[in-house]
Amino acid sequence: MVDAPPERTKVPRQKMPEQHPMVRARNFNEVPTGYSPETAQLEASRCLQCKKPSCMDGCPVGVKIPEFVKLIKEGDFVAAARKVKETNALPAVCGRVCPQEIQCERSCVLSKKGEAVAIGHLERFCADFERNSQQICLPVKAAPNGKKVAVIGSGPAGLTVAGDLILLGYKVTIFEALHKPGGVLIYGIPEFRLPKEIVESEVKYLQSLGVELQLNMVIGAIRTIKELMEVDGYDAVFIGVGAGTPQFLKIPGEDLCGVYSANEYLTRANLLKSYQFPRYDTPLAKGRSVAVVGGGNVAMDSVRTALRLGADNAFIVYRRSIDEMPARREEIHHAQQEGVQFKLLTNPEEVIGDERGWAKAIKCIRMELGEPDAKGRRKPVPIKGSWFDLPVDLVVIAIGTNANPLLTASMPELKLNEWGYIQTDEDGRTSLPRVYAGGDIVTGSATVIQAMGAGRMAANAIHKDLTGKDAQGPDACSATM
Amino acid sequence: MNKVIERTELVPNVHKMVIEAPLLSKKVKPGQFMIIMADEKGERIPISIGDWDEKAGTVTIFFLEAGVSTMKLAQKMAGDSLFAVVGPLGHPAKIAKYGTVVLGGGCYGIGGITSIAKAMKAAGNKVIVITEARSKYLLYNQEVLRQVADEYIETTSDGSSGIRGKVQDVVQYITIQEKVDLAYFIGCTFMMMNCSNATRGKHLRTLVSLNALMLDGTGMCGVCRVHVGGQTKFACVDGPEFDGHQVDWLQVLQRKSMYIQEEMLAYQYHTCRALASQKKEERD
Repeated sequence: MVDAPPERTKVPRQKMPEQHPMVRARNFNEVPTGYSPETAQLEASRCLQCKKPSCMDGCPVGVKIPEFVKLIKEGDFVAAARKVKETNALPAVCGRVCPQEIQCERSCVLSKKGEAVAIGHLERFCADFERNSQQICLPVKAAPNGKKVAVIGSGPAGLTVAGDLILLGYKVTIFEALHKPGGVLIYGIPEFRLPKEIVESEVKYLQSLGVELQLNMVIGAIRTIKELMEVDGYDAVFIGVGAGTPQFLKIPGEDLCGVYSANEYLTRANLLKSYQFPRYDTPLAKGRSVAVVGGGNVAMDSVRTALRLGADNAFIVYRRSIDEMPARREEIHHAQQEGVQFKLLTNPEEVIGDERGWAKAIKCIRMELGEPDAKGRRKPVPIKGSWFDLPVDLVVIAIGTNANPLLTASMPELKLNEWGYIQTDEDGRTSLPRVYAGGDIVTGSATVIQAMGAGRMAANAIHKDLTGKDAQGPDACSATM
Repeated sequence: MNKVIERTELVPNVHKMVIEAPLLSKKVKPGQFMIIMADEKGERIPISIGDWDEKAGTVTIFFLEAGVSTMKLAQKMAGDSLFAVVGPLGHPAKIAKYGTVVLGGGCYGIGGITSIAKAMKAAGNKVIVITEARSKYLLYNQEVLRQVADEYIETTSDGSSGIRGKVQDVVQYITIQEKVDLAYFIGCTFMMMNCSNATRGKHLRTLVSLNALMLDGTGMCGVCRVHVGGQTKFACVDGPEFDGHQVDWLQVLQRKSMYIQEEMLAYQYHTCRALASQKKEERD
């Protein structure tokens, strides 16, 4: 790689075109509009095709990055998409929402001297190309092996397990509690970051492979895992129900009208399409001044949704500084461009209500960063007497989630950790035979790709435990859709 | 998709609906609820499951037409289908032998109370059922309740049938007359609040079935949070049954009224559209 041709390294990292911040801040259309084929090929030409590609080590599902990038460079976009799909069932999703900057792109050799290859952008490009040109193909499935697997939850973990096992010859049924499949991809991540049409198309792809989907099924309530295995004859069950239950700040005034959990705020907007109210029936209070408490990706999604719903002032209230924010840099950057106001080193102490029981302000205190804690993050400490009121009419609490006990409470014999998350070995095996788990219900809040990685591990473990064989990637196409 | 087997307007604005839901009918227990979406664009609304028939594979709900979502339900006819039916959700009512149990129902709760009355009776309790309505023509389900209850008392605000007054008045009277071991109320928030206040200070265990706003009904969104005994609870997964004396009623009323303006706007939007399409049909 030292003797890479100079002209190749001269090509700068290609930017993906975006909607102008002032325009996009008022609509729900996707922000980055995607590479053109020419830009994609130019970007792909930057890849050094390392003999020992370190980028792949950074990918939780082991996408064959140099191979697919090479295919893009050669102009065979459909082949590139299929190469990605050998190890990643949801490339159009991952190309959009994976934190590539801390995964594959961070491990890219180019990033050491300059800018990494835009692997995420390229992944998105080839997946979009395949879908939009209607060249999605169905891989050859293994012969049916007569075994049935139930997947609980249709989020990224569940979809990955289903996608892997259906190709290995299993009969797979996904049970979803909500009325639409996709889990957090549908209810959580907003349209402007991940168009719902893409999630629908990924689910449709799995269905066309033969995955059965049962909506409106709350497992634990209408059917227990025991019943699925003993009565309905499922040989294995995968639990991928997500973390699910929102955390609150436990400060006074948090139950006033106009105070939302991020889960509620985003579910109304995304799953129930409140932004199209009254064409859709579910309302969502439109705040003129909206404060979102938290510094993660969910906080960024909420605050940018508030802007798009017409807020004049959209605030992020975060108790540390911008460097400690867990959100992706790209998301923070997008939010700043769109006019989100960052109230950093600011801790909310009380939500103040008006006489009708609606939030009208947040009493905040300013913070400064003290000594680093055990994890190395500097601990914020309040500055004495620095209270101030931030006038708002909506507050969204986006400080994370806890384990939802609805399903786990129905099976007391399942081992949980002290926070209520399911205990598994590194391959996703729980304390119960032939019951597996992965995603946020095991790890607590994490990313889409981490949940997919856990799904991949669990699918391999299921295959190994039920058949004694190791899983192989899918073969060539059998038909185009 | 779940098929509607029957939909009847029992009294003005109160409807009974029988829905095909075989799995649900085998699992449901008294006091549980389900989430219903009338159509793809609809709200997810929680509704108490009033009755069920395991053999027929159906569940029965009672609801008051009060906004767009219940209007859409009220327009469904036998043979139509509902976009989504999810359940059974929430903890079942704690059925046990308490002794004498007073059950109060108002509005949709007259239907909602029926399954609990049956279960309480079967558990060996003396069951006193009290219902309330503004006027005689708004009372329903009397035959069933008369059969189940040891004592059935109806009240009307205008005195057109039974006792003139409300459930809360009769409860106060009964608790003076005899020893009551448990009071259980289902109805609008205002009625449950008043009834809980009527039994306060009498050492009478009082349960209510809260009907908070909900989205998923599984503890994911937190819209249904209520203050009970100084703690924040989720009505969907911690309830819907709570100690009526511990509930912060003012907060429940406030949170329920959060979308009143939007609800009116949506109602007008849908009625205007309905009228417009009717006029168009007449023209064509």
